[in-house]
Amino acid sequence: MQQAATAAGAADIPESGPARRRSTSFGDKVFEWLCRGAGIFVLLLLGAIILELFLGGLPAFQAFGIDFLFSTAWQPVEGREAYGALVPVLGTIVSSILAIIFAVPVAFGVAFFLTELAPTWLRRPIGTAVELLAAVPSIIYGMWGLFVLVPFVQRYIQLTVGDTLGAIPFVGFLLASNSFAGTSIFTAALVLAIMILPFIAATMRDVFEQVPPVFKESAYGLGATRWEVMRGVVLPYTRISVVGGIMLGLGRALGETMAVTFVIGNANRMPTSIFDPSTTIASIVAMEFPESLMGSLRQSALLALGFLLFVISFVVLALSRWLLRSRLKA
Amino acid sequence: MSASAMAGYATPVKDIDVARALGRRRKLTDTVVRWLCLLATALGLFFLASILVTLLWRGFAALDWTVLTKEFQPTTFGDPDAPKGGLSHAIVGTLIQTGLGTLIGTPIGLLVGTYLAEYARNSPLGQAVRFVSDVLLSAPSILIGLFVYQLVVLPMGGFSGIAGAMALAIIVIPVVVRTTEDMLQLLPNTLREAVIGLGAPKWKMITLVCYRAALSGIVTGVLLAVARIAGETAPLLLTSFGNSVMSTDLGRAMASLPIAIYQQANSGFPDLIAIAWAGALLVTAGVLAINIIARFALRSRI
Repeated sequence: MQQAATAAGAADIPESGPARRRSTSFGDKVFEWLCRGAGIFVLLLLGAIILELFLGGLPAFQAFGIDFLFSTAWQPVEGREAYGALVPVLGTIVSSILAIIFAVPVAFGVAFFLTELAPTWLRRPIGTAVELLAAVPSIIYGMWGLFVLVPFVQRYIQLTVGDTLGAIPFVGFLLASNSFAGTSIFTAALVLAIMILPFIAATMRDVFEQVPPVFKESAYGLGATRWEVMRGVVLPYTRISVVGGIMLGLGRALGETMAVTFVIGNANRMPTSIFDPSTTIASIVAMEFPESLMGSLRQSALLALGFLLFVISFVVLALSRWLLRSRLKA
Repeated sequence: MSASAMAGYATPVKDIDVARALGRRRKLTDTVVRWLCLLATALGLFFLASILVTLLWRGFAALDWTVLTKEFQPTTFGDPDAPKGGLSHAIVGTLIQTGLGTLIGTPIGLLVGTYLAEYARNSPLGQAVRFVSDVLLSAPSILIGLFVYQLVVLPMGGFSGIAGAMALAIIVIPVVVRTTEDMLQLLPNTLREAVIGLGAPKWKMITLVCYRAALSGIVTGVLLAVARIAGETAPLLLTSFGNSVMSTDLGRAMASLPIAIYQQANSGFPDLIAIAWAGALLVTAGVLAINIIARFALRSRI
């Protein structure tokens, strides 16, 4: 604001004749509008994405109405077409929330280790390694998941858990081992957890570092242990930002496509156990969109799913930004 | 609380045993938490190591000159005399689309970042642009693919390389915006005041001084954006789709490394899966190398 005023003032001083002055203020105007135009372009871009997804999904919304949200049907046979969003929406939400449950404790451990426990010389290399984990492309996670994690889950986790915990009355069916492929919501959540771990850990580390040292030093001065400082000083101080970081990870998990497509099994039917194959919005779009006919109802249903995913992740991302923002202002 | 009530309580007596027990418990909790945190970090590093070791082990086993120079061939499974295929078409396609996407996205992102840092730090429009750019930064990339499909592929009547490049450009923009804004905001205001004081117009101040002062940061942002889109798969699946022959025609479907990996890894034939691992090694090595270079470029400056 202040600079704009100074800049305008500078341009107003007649320095080397009126012609020169006009040309520089003209250059200023052009450049400012170029920048502002680019900013407006980004605004319009997001608007256009929402609009295109909504318009593309409109035929499906019109054909099925509100039932689209609650139907488990997915019938692409011509003449008897019926599409419902419930299975992919549920798969997306369940796999992401499971991933958060797996990732958050580990991410907290990493962040605590990096800010308070590790010797200084070790912090940088480990921090870089965690950031490199975030840079690995998602397709690599998918391939690693399919060829390394799926056989491991199939052999050592699914059967063991299914045979033991699956026998618990009333809730045991959620852990039952019904399919033997190893591709399941559980495996997808595991891969997602590994993918979002570095994001959450990096955010947590950054907000932990923002705590004024004098707060921590006072607590240490009273004889508190490191864990007591973390629980009594650092966590209360950074609580909101930590939740914001978790939401950021959730936003990533919701929209992840390739890693999930490789390991979730892509079965569009209602799963009863976390070891059943299922599908998510992103992976059903990736699997079916390229092979569906242009302008067909199926394509419209997939676009409608895309619109739903956009709404869900927009809400989560906006919430995470809001939570992280209020911390910065305080 | 009155003085008489206070006097009713005995003065605290230090009970050595209780204090010792409490101290032991606190120390134990602290030690347990420390070991758990160490374990969590080890777990994170173990995953990174596992991914890298798997990639190196299975990628190098399949990586040879054929992979780099030949185009796709059907499986040689059960027919040892058939010609072996490679990934040259995908490497060329990835280079074209990544390069084009970066070329389109970088100027736009640079201008938006400049707008946010130099013109609209606190204006409502600036806040809105910043928010939207942050949403785009984390928006599911497959939705960007769907958007470009609706906008470009549908009217053009088919998948095309240019649609892939556009989808990648949309992913580049918010990455460049973020780093450009951050880097420009790090510059001291005295620098700007000095330039303005010499009588230079604002646009010259920005282009000739601010950009130059923030150059390494901006370059880092562009490098990170390149690293991000080089491994991007989902949006390309809906825009450039992939191709099994070499094609440099931007108006037609174009191959790319991530798509080739995806298709060959899911083919079920051991020889094609081996080629997919070689491709995965190439992509990851490239992406991580760019990341490390970007980090060093930034560190040497600060």
